[in-house]
Amino acid sequence: MTELLDMIWSFLPVIGAALCLIGGLLAIIGTVGVLRFPDVYTRLHAASVTDTSAMTIAIAGMVMMSPNWLVAFKLVAIWTFFFLTGPASSHALANAAHVAGIKPLTGKSLKHERQDDLS
Amino acid sequence: MSYLFGLITVLVLLWLGLSGHYTSLMLSFGVVAVFLSVLLAFRMRVLDRDSSPYDRLPKIITYWGWLLVEIVKANWIVIKACLRAELDINPAVVTVSTKCESDLARTTFANSITLTPGTVSMAIEGHSILVHALNAEDAEANAFEEMDRRAKWATDRVEKA
Repeated sequence: MTELLDMIWSFLPVIGAALCLIGGLLAIIGTVGVLRFPDVYTRLHAASVTDTSAMTIAIAGMVMMSPNWLVAFKLVAIWTFFFLTGPASSHALANAAHVAGIKPLTGKSLKHERQDDLS
Repeated sequence: MSYLFGLITVLVLLWLGLSGHYTSLMLSFGVVAVFLSVLLAFRMRVLDRDSSPYDRLPKIITYWGWLLVEIVKANWIVIKACLRAELDINPAVVTVSTKCESDLARTTFANSITLTPGTVSMAIEGHSILVHALNAEDAEANAFEEMDRRAKWATDRVEKA
C-alpha cells in the first residue's frame, strides 16, 4: 500500500507539469480567439477562457508541483481571489465600452468583415 | 457578533497560511496584525452587512460547485468557437431579469454570468441585467433562470430571531 502511495506521490510533479502545459495551451487558444473575434465584447468572451479554465488548470498543476503545503495554500488563495475579482474587472471593461457608446455587432452577418480598430 | 468571529477566523487562517513562520515573536506580530485589521474593519462599519456572509458559507460553496460545472461546459463551447476555421458566432444583446433582492445576491448573479465564458453582463439597472452573449441561442429567455434561482438560494440571509 505504501509503495503504491509512494509511486503516485512521485508521479505527481509529472501530472502537474502536464496540467501546466494544458493550461498554457488554453491560454494560447484564448489569445487566438481575442485576435480573431470582431469587436470588444466578443473579444472579452475569448479572454474569459484564459481567466477561468486556463488559470484553474495551470494553478492545479502548480499545486501538484509545489514543494510544501505553504506554497499550495498561497496558490489556492490566488485562485480564490482570481475568481472573486476576475468577473468584476470583466464587467468593468464591458460596462465602460457600453457607457462609451460602442454598439455591439450582432447577428451572423459579420463572418468575414472585421472592425479595423488597429489601423 | 458572529460576523466578528468569522472575520477573525478568516484572518487568522490567512495569516497562518501565508507566513509560515511560527516563532513566538512572529506569532505575536500576527496577533497584532489581525487585531489592527479587525479594528479597521470595525471603524469602517463593514462588519454587519452583506460583506461577511460566513453564515451562508456552506450554501455558497455548494453554489460554487454547480457554477464550476457550468463554467467548464461554457468554456468548451467558447474554445470550439475560437478554433473553428470559419468564424461562426452569433452575438446578441439580451435583457435578463432577476428575482434576487439583496445587493449581494444580484452581484453574485451578475458575476456568475460574467464568469461563464460566452456571456458578459454589460450594465445593471434595478432588477434587469443587460447581457452580451457570444451565441444568441445560449442566451434565450429562460437560459439564466436556474442560475438566478440558485444564486438567490445561496445568498439568502439566514434570518435569526
